[in-house]
Amino acid sequence: MSRRRIGLLARLAKALELEPASIDEPAERGRILPEAPKEPGAELVVIVLLLLASCCAAGFIAVFADSRIPHATQFLGLSLGLAFGFLAAALVVIARCLVVTEELTHDYPPEEHQEAERELEQLFDESRERFTRRRLLVATSALTGTAMGAALLAPVVSFGPVFDLSAFVETPWFRGRRLVGDDGAPLKASAIQEADFYTAYPEGADREQLAAPLVLVRLPGSAIHLPSGRSGWAPGGILAYSKICTHAACAISLYRTPTFPAVEPGPALVCPCHYSTFDPATGGTVLFGPAGRPLPQLPLEVDSDGVLRATGNFSGPVGPSWWGIRSRKPT
Amino acid sequence: MSRYALIVSVLALATVPAASAASGPPPVGIVEASSGAGLYAANCSSCHGPGGEGILPPGRPGVGDLVGEGPSLRNVGAATVDFYLRSGYMPLANPHIQPWQSRVLLTNREIKKLVAYVSSFGHGPPIPHPDPASGSLPAGYALFTENCAGCHQVAAEGGYVTGARVPPLDGLTDVEVAEAVRTGPYVMPKFTPQAISNAQLNSIIRYVDYVQHPQDPGGWSIGRIGPVPEGLVAWLIGAALLVAFCRVVGRRARYE
Repeated sequence: MSRRRIGLLARLAKALELEPASIDEPAERGRILPEAPKEPGAELVVIVLLLLASCCAAGFIAVFADSRIPHATQFLGLSLGLAFGFLAAALVVIARCLVVTEELTHDYPPEEHQEAERELEQLFDESRERFTRRRLLVATSALTGTAMGAALLAPVVSFGPVFDLSAFVETPWFRGRRLVGDDGAPLKASAIQEADFYTAYPEGADREQLAAPLVLVRLPGSAIHLPSGRSGWAPGGILAYSKICTHAACAISLYRTPTFPAVEPGPALVCPCHYSTFDPATGGTVLFGPAGRPLPQLPLEVDSDGVLRATGNFSGPVGPSWWGIRSRKPT
Repeated sequence: MSRYALIVSVLALATVPAASAASGPPPVGIVEASSGAGLYAANCSSCHGPGGEGILPPGRPGVGDLVGEGPSLRNVGAATVDFYLRSGYMPLANPHIQPWQSRVLLTNREIKKLVAYVSSFGHGPPIPHPDPASGSLPAGYALFTENCAGCHQVAAEGGYVTGARVPPLDGLTDVEVAEAVRTGPYVMPKFTPQAISNAQLNSIIRYVDYVQHPQDPGGWSIGRIGPVPEGLVAWLIGAALLVAFCRVVGRRARYE
């Protein structure tokens, strides 16, 4: 090799710092930081870890690009995780072995300018002299602060009905309204079998209203013991209750129906959220769970075509409880 | 010394529940017989009555210390009998415990004879023949979520309803799922063809087949029961590892 080429290679190696470079002599001033030992071994470890991190990152790109690899999710996670892991290890090595550290302690400085501090205190006291009724002024300012704070917070009540609660008791049900199934077709009494449960809605009403969905079950007439005033609410043993749990307004989607009623737990509508359990045979009474009110029942009749119709409104307000709920009737 | 004692005692307390026996009804024996009537008389009649009429509480003394009580088997149909026998729900050691999937002690031939004999007690639904391949998996997912997931959990891992445990659906065949849906075993509702049509049932069964061995793209499914075990992994494994790493890498500040 010619001399010029050796020189070029040597300068390239020096530029890439393949060998640890020696430091120059310090400048004219004395040292500020203490002399720290050189760690070329640690530098080599850092370089290797960073190269490994780069390889893992490249591996992530390769796995992402190739769609034929099985368990690709696991390899993607492994490659990216290892890339971050190697980077973290390199940073730890730098922090432990290559960063110059020193610990210094200083005492608090002595107090200065004591005369200026006393002057400042006197200045403060003298500048308060023009106020003669300080307590009254403070009280009036407090009143203003309270009133203005209340004024700024007042629009918050617009977020929902606070004083006018009629929206909570409105239902889409009235005498004569037909029940329809999920497909919108009128629900016939003959479609309701025992040991099964059905969801129904009011015909032509908005299904998103809280009081719209119903859950229907059929029980043998001898098993039904409704509260007084509800005779005739269950034609042929068909019972309709609001599907909305009176605890936290989840939809009641569990039905427990015994095969051997003599030893098994009786029929019950159960809410999947917190397991409020309602007894359809006794008018929706709460058997178990956090619900505070019985499930509202809707009175039914079967019209001349065999279709189920409501004959009135619910036995109580629908949905979770709120202040004054027991004194309101649904409309 | 005290730190090691604490670690050992925590580990001991954690492993003791795992070492206890698996839950389920106590094991039952089967009396062999050559005919369906003989099998019924030897294994079923002490709770269900000699003619399948059922025995109401307070029950009738049966074999050993068993007091027999059981529902009537009139008009239950071949589907019901086939389901209860193939899933191991029956025979039941004690009429007051919940039937549960258990080891089937009857042979296939014995089950067929019993099904033929008990379904002769009246008229009931025959054994269904579902066709899940003709169902749609996305439709099955939607139907299962709407009708079944409330009790059985969306990945069919089982759960609870007030007063009963709800079983997971792994290990059930297509026919058993169809039978359970149509006959409503124990406290499960009975879904008639008006409520869930045969085509919808095919889709539901196709979904149940899938969810018995679903894809787990994340790798570790942690039982497929939702965010609580995933949170446990994050806090008890992830956070613990992070804290341990900080202890190893870091250094406490020292004050003179």
